[in-house]
Amino acid sequence: MMRPLGFLLARTCAAGVIAAGVVFAALPASRAVAQESPMPHENWSFERPFGAFDPAALQRGFQVYSQVCSNCHSMEQLHYRDLSGIGLNASEIKAIAAGVTVPQGTDDQGNPKEGPATPANQFRSPFPNEKAARAANNGALPPDLSLIVNAREGGPNYIYGILTGFADAPSGFKMQDGMYYNKMFAGHQIAMPPPLQDGTVTFTEGAGNSLGQEAHDVVSFLYWAANPEMVERKQIGVRVVLFLVFMTGLTYAVKRKVWSDVH
Amino acid sequence: MAGLTKSDFANPVINWIDTRLPIFTMMQKEYGVFPTPKNFNYFWNFGALAMVSLAIMVLTGIFLAMDYQPNTALAFNSVQHIMRDVNYGWLIRYVHQNGASMFFIVTYIHIFRGAYYGSYKSPRELLWILGVVILLLMMATAFMGYVLPWGQMSYWGATVIINLFSAFPLVGQKIVTLLWGGFSVDNPTLNRFFALHYLLPFVLIGVIFLHIAALHITGSNNPLGIDVKSPQDTLPFHPYYTIKDSVGICVFLIVFAILVFFAPNFLGDPNNFIPANPLQTPADIVPEWYFLPYYAILRSVPNKLLGVCMMFGSLLVLFVMPWLDTSPVRSARFRPIYRQLIWLWVAAVVLLGVCGAHKPEGIWVILSRIGTLYYFLHMLVILPVLGKLERPLPLPESISHPVTGGRGGGGGPLPSGATAKPMEKA
Repeated sequence: MMRPLGFLLARTCAAGVIAAGVVFAALPASRAVAQESPMPHENWSFERPFGAFDPAALQRGFQVYSQVCSNCHSMEQLHYRDLSGIGLNASEIKAIAAGVTVPQGTDDQGNPKEGPATPANQFRSPFPNEKAARAANNGALPPDLSLIVNAREGGPNYIYGILTGFADAPSGFKMQDGMYYNKMFAGHQIAMPPPLQDGTVTFTEGAGNSLGQEAHDVVSFLYWAANPEMVERKQIGVRVVLFLVFMTGLTYAVKRKVWSDVH
Repeated sequence: MAGLTKSDFANPVINWIDTRLPIFTMMQKEYGVFPTPKNFNYFWNFGALAMVSLAIMVLTGIFLAMDYQPNTALAFNSVQHIMRDVNYGWLIRYVHQNGASMFFIVTYIHIFRGAYYGSYKSPRELLWILGVVILLLMMATAFMGYVLPWGQMSYWGATVIINLFSAFPLVGQKIVTLLWGGFSVDNPTLNRFFALHYLLPFVLIGVIFLHIAALHITGSNNPLGIDVKSPQDTLPFHPYYTIKDSVGICVFLIVFAILVFFAPNFLGDPNNFIPANPLQTPADIVPEWYFLPYYAILRSVPNKLLGVCMMFGSLLVLFVMPWLDTSPVRSARFRPIYRQLIWLWVAAVVLLGVCGAHKPEGIWVILSRIGTLYYFLHMLVILPVLGKLERPLPLPESISHPVTGGRGGGGGPLPSGATAKPMEKA
């Protein structure tokens, strides 16, 4: 008795795919956030299956973070040494770290001490603690940005939408004190003042500094910060999948041979 | 009855060991020459795939535990430390995270296989019951594992699920306190969940051993659902099913690898990238996808205690499935009505999964009630009644001779000459 194996395999796979597909289809709905503005669809080099980062964009994005975002937002998961991941070399990283003053434990008298950072230091946090952060920001807590791209439904598009979504409140829309109107933000009232405008940051190498460009670059940087392993992951993934496809073919051929005497 | 074993192994070292502890003889008997029905389809891969999943989970889990800190102040950052600073930590962690989903996918297909081909029926009832125990242990392990990264969904998922136990009268609050280890989900909860998350997989391995031991007593079911009648019906497990399982394992690993390397957070929730905050509830508390159907059943009932009972009942009813199904025919192939209705049951489970992912409002409440009702209708009414009413198709005489012979049925009678001489196997 020789079963039509291809058919059986196809049926088995189809069952799995259907089950998985239905389950996956259910997921996006589960994360739906109350948003009235449509999600922007920027073209991100890193979102394509084999896409990588653009080091120049990451470095410009880091510049935006350093000059603008870092005044309020921490990035606790990152160390200056990690910046090798955006294409900076050891001396550049050393120089960047040395330009930042960070707490360095206590001196011999037990008093808090500060000094220039080294590549081994965490990114400097703008506020010593949550209370200080809230006190300086009208009661709101600027979230840590290390994982912000992964922590929001819509990922980079959502963050881009927030950065570019500031506008004047429509007439009749009641704003609370110290809040800003944002098309992307749920409820449209965000405590963050518009951080970027056209020309907020001046890039070297003459890159454009429109709001869209600045937002695109800083979101690229934030995506890298949340997923620094992405390029290596995809590269290994290609090799692993190719190997497994080859192994599947080989194993299936052996299987056919072993089973050839069964009827 | 003590005494040395007579070992057939030629290698003197293996022979020496085997004489004193016949593990090689046992492996040869249970996985080498073990007679296995020759007509398995690829659905019979999924037990092996579940074993592979478990092995991957245990291995990656051990290495994660070397760098993970089960402390509310450190847990979230220690996971990020694994992701960023440990060599290939991101790989180990993403394999473990997505491995849970893969483990559930293959286990659910494995269970469906059992339901479709009647693998739960006599004499395999105990085998099936052990399987349900495995499922429950898996669910407990997965739930506790999801708490460990100490993100928002970890914390709030734990809060919601542990609170379910408070619905039980008298003992409910005591169970909740025991799970918390304090007055709310907090450090003691995380500590004990970590301890149990490390322990339960080894309990799982024990029950899986019993599951396989029971399987090797009854022998495997097969797509025809009829008993093995002669050696012509079987093949030695090795090499026929070792190689066939290997094909399945390769395909499984491809799917797994695509998930891990190209979409590692596809099945995750963005909220779990935010550290747990007891003062801020996420807009939507949603469990991982593999718990969504149960979650939908829970929320489809307006009464908390009843909802909890229905949710646990949907699992516990599986224990008595061998006795709820009154049909003597195992395989759905020969049960024309059951063969259709089992897909409705699958559809109900999938529908419940979709409902579980949505807020219990409007149409989703109605749909989850329909799904819940049909789930229990299938189990408690259709299975017992259909077995009595349904007229099964005539069963084949044997696996090696699957064409229905002259008992007046669908396949049509064959001339007697055609029924002779099944293929000889060495």
